[in-house]
Amino acid sequence: MSTPLGPLHVTGEVLATKTVGAHRHLTLVAPGIGERSRPGSFVAVSTGEARLARRALWIHRVRPMGGHRATLDVVVEPRGSGSRWLAGLAPGAAVDVTGPLGRPFALPREPARCLLVGEGYAAAPLLALAERLRQRACPVHLVLCAPDESRLLDVLEARRSVAQVDVVTGDPQAAIAAAVASADVVYSAGSVPTLRACADAAAAAGVSCQVALERHLTCATGLCSGCPVPLLHHEEDGGPRVVRDCVDGPVFRAGLVDWESL
Amino acid sequence: MSGDWPFSGPVLSASGCGGTGRELASYGDLADLGGFVTRSITLHARPGARGERIVESPSGLVNAIGLQNPGVEAFLGEELPALLELGATVVASIAGHSLGEYAEVSRALGRAAGVSALEVNLSAPDASGAGVFDIREPFQAAGVVAACRRDLPGGVLLLAKLRSDASRVVETARAVTEAGADAVVVGNAVPAAMPDGRPGGLSGPAIRPLALRSVSLAVEALPGTPVIACGGIMDPADARAFLDVGARAVQVGSALFHDPTAAHRIAAALAAGGEPR
Repeated sequence: MSTPLGPLHVTGEVLATKTVGAHRHLTLVAPGIGERSRPGSFVAVSTGEARLARRALWIHRVRPMGGHRATLDVVVEPRGSGSRWLAGLAPGAAVDVTGPLGRPFALPREPARCLLVGEGYAAAPLLALAERLRQRACPVHLVLCAPDESRLLDVLEARRSVAQVDVVTGDPQAAIAAAVASADVVYSAGSVPTLRACADAAAAAGVSCQVALERHLTCATGLCSGCPVPLLHHEEDGGPRVVRDCVDGPVFRAGLVDWESL
Repeated sequence: MSGDWPFSGPVLSASGCGGTGRELASYGDLADLGGFVTRSITLHARPGARGERIVESPSGLVNAIGLQNPGVEAFLGEELPALLELGATVVASIAGHSLGEYAEVSRALGRAAGVSALEVNLSAPDASGAGVFDIREPFQAAGVVAACRRDLPGGVLLLAKLRSDASRVVETARAVTEAGADAVVVGNAVPAAMPDGRPGGLSGPAIRPLALRSVSLAVEALPGTPVIACGGIMDPADARAFLDVGARAVQVGSALFHDPTAAHRIAAALAAGGEPR
């Protein structure tokens, strides 16, 4: 019953690895997943049999490599036992991958000035998003931020491909507030405080805002109800609802999220 | 038994582990499973627990979902038709805060076209947290089953889902069978605590030996009652171990969070290995 565009569950392989600052970048061969993904999609990976929960990773890049049509780049920030296990994988290692998962970013119908705010490893989907927006004649302003320099992502690549790039280490709130003033649409990917800063600034300026909301996921596939996101208004029926981050998100319209109850 | 055994194969999905059915159907045809068990449905929608809901534990998961579900009306209006459309043999899991609510939900779902069986959740591990009728004693479990059985049409199987508690499983299974259960499911996640002390349930391979012991005891003590085994089944060998001690079927739960194709893989392997005894 798989729909042609539904997620796939495959045994993939690590093709390449590299360390960039505090992050470990993995290139995965996972046939069929890259071709189906959009900016904002993510994958779930298994980290050994003893850890039952999956680890969710943003799809950073999709590109041909080593004779494979669409490899996936993912960014791992080693924090817990699962992410450390992933960071320790060597080329050739097998890894179970499920994806693409989740609702990706929605693109503007008309050309609009887009502000993209990405924090740390969570900025992973934003360069691909910037590329899509440019194809739609949308001017892009990218703010990359992180608590420290070692966790900034994609600064060099961003400067090569995006006209306006700001880099902020430490608290990004002032930069966000300043940048929102000249945007029509805001896209944000990062920690909850950063997403909220974008949501609040966008609401004050009366512009639309989408947030890529990371919650602690277990199955990442919509089966377990372990990643609740409280919404103030559901898009379909208008009432408050608790939805699942992994299948109803992870990208949400910021104004729908009940940030106080999150 | 009130009706025929409706399950075409020995592998079902476990309650609360298959989403609405649509999500699981992305990874395999629901018609290829013996049955699809819904998350527990209550009379009215429940938003579920606040705070962290699932944490990893060695070879397991501790969950405190709080029985989030859309309620009877939305289930009947949206989810059941979708499940039937997907070709599932539907087992509706039910729960309630009182005997009256159990009976009312049983009546509503048991009479719905396309529901093959009811699974009465008598073992919510975080009953107090989830606001479920607190079932500690076999007579209380029997009371709920009797209330659910009363208005159930013939042909709808009534399954009672119990705890994998070796010290109580036999008397509880006996009590619910006498009260009208057609089969027992052994068992649910075992009562445990989240890291902050809130009540929750431990599931996964960590509890498989507990479930195997409880299933063995129930099978031995109640030769006339089919036992469906549930608890940490990850692969075909695990499923065979439960079938070998006399379980009639198995449910796959937490394994689906680790690998959404697990139930289908196990079903295919058992089918390829010939009919389970």
